[in-house]
Amino acid sequence: MNEEHKGLKDKITNSDIWKSIFRHGYEKTGRRYTLQVLQNVWLHLHPPRISRHALNFRFTWCMGGITFLMFLVTAVTGVLLMFYYRPVAEYAFRDVQALEFDIPFGMLLRNMHRWAAHGMVISVMLHMFRVFLTGSYKKPREFNWAVGVILLLITFFLSFTGYLLPWDQLAYWAVTVGTNMARATPVLGHEGPFAPPDITQANDVRFALLGGTIVGPSTLLRFYILHCIAVPLVASLLMALHFWRVRKDGGISGPL
Amino acid sequence: MDNLLLLITKPDNVPILAMLFLIPFFIWLSYKQARQTDRTGVPSDAALNDKVYVWPYLCRNEFICAIIIMLILGVWSIMIDAPLEEMSDPAKTPNPSKAPWYFLALQEMLVYFDPWIAGVVLPGLIIVGLIAIPYIDINPKGKGYYTIKERPFALAVFSFGFIILWIVLMIVGTFLRGPGWNIFMPWEYWDPHKLVPLTNVNLSYLFGIRDDMTANFFGFAIVAGYFALGPIFYIWKCKSSKFLQELGMIRYVIVSFLFLSMLSLPIKMILRLALNVKYIWVSPWFNI
Repeated sequence: MNEEHKGLKDKITNSDIWKSIFRHGYEKTGRRYTLQVLQNVWLHLHPPRISRHALNFRFTWCMGGITFLMFLVTAVTGVLLMFYYRPVAEYAFRDVQALEFDIPFGMLLRNMHRWAAHGMVISVMLHMFRVFLTGSYKKPREFNWAVGVILLLITFFLSFTGYLLPWDQLAYWAVTVGTNMARATPVLGHEGPFAPPDITQANDVRFALLGGTIVGPSTLLRFYILHCIAVPLVASLLMALHFWRVRKDGGISGPL
Repeated sequence: MDNLLLLITKPDNVPILAMLFLIPFFIWLSYKQARQTDRTGVPSDAALNDKVYVWPYLCRNEFICAIIIMLILGVWSIMIDAPLEEMSDPAKTPNPSKAPWYFLALQEMLVYFDPWIAGVVLPGLIIVGLIAIPYIDINPKGKGYYTIKERPFALAVFSFGFIILWIVLMIVGTFLRGPGWNIFMPWEYWDPHKLVPLTNVNLSYLFGIRDDMTANFFGFAIVAGYFALGPIFYIWKCKSSKFLQELGMIRYVIVSFLFLSMLSLPIKMILRLALNVKYIWVSPWFNI
């Protein structure tokens, strides 16, 4: 770099605007590496330093991170899909068809959303398998394991509620089969054991889930709101808790 | 054979195909590290205990991993289209009607248990059992590294539950269940008119019991006796076993109940497949 350019660079990096955005330089020192993490909102859930074994792909399989990445992909593609989709029985299927045939890159968008969701289910299961195999749920991480179990369920529920939205035969009957289980809930389902006579098809726990006695337009709206707003919100909060606790419980588990 | 190809190439079944390779790969990977630990007595990563900066070392790993995964996802999304069948029609039930692939192990349980057990009680117990694991596993060893020798029981139970009762049943549900939820081998034609003789009888019937009241008490005795195996084992062994004393009675009761509940599924499967047993306990209120 010649003198003229160096002067210009210094001028930019010393300007008030630059310094208001970037609080540290880019020199290769431990102090800067620490600041890089501490002063960045996206990185600060990390501690400044970690054990070397935590970098080992053979140990972590990177599955927790992949799960989070898949969640981010589904969030971004999901928001884009919401622009083109109306959760109304008359329109839902047509909107998905339009996504596939009319909207530029609509098919790719939908594919990415669906495959990222499937990928998330795979990676979250493998993440749990890894955490179990390494005994990482043991003291002091018992509570974080419990949070993880809830997040696993939330992943299934997110995927399941999203399954209905294309409103095709595949979606409709998969969700019908899945929600039929709720009929048989003991006490609260109208076909379950010990159900009181007042519990009927029109007021049991399955009715509350579907908003009707069969999967219908109100189910579509319910699942849409659960899928796009309610469950992702809960998932985000619990994920923040999960990541925070990983750090507060001493980083990811290791042999020492 | 065509049928198998059709199933394999179904876009929604790609994750299960992936699992067929991923699960053995990760079992092999963890087994290799566990064997090394067990042979040397030192966890394989014990030497890597110095600290490194998160930036750049961890962030670089995360970045590389994210790029690779996004590449895979990108190729997957370009190559394979998400399925879209014809518009939903409540009057037209497909045969078979399958839940999403990750629930097929639960749907498979419906063959062996009534919906209130297979669809509500057992999934509930799976959730409670998973959450309870850290509180009932008091073995302090094997924390933060792969090992088999130091915690064989915990590993055996979890691996059996995850690999056999979750993954394998999922694969069976996807590839072998056809019309009428009957088992079809990959080379068989999915015949919607396949006749399967319903020869299942209740366990009490096999024992020659014919009236309902006796059958009810018989079933109750079998189920209660089964779950009493846990406490009986405790009373038998608690004096001599230091492990049971450390575990304590409350933890033991929870462990044995969850363990026996989990084993009830393979037991019922064997009874059904080998002896055509329909129910073990038939009562006026529910059947098990």
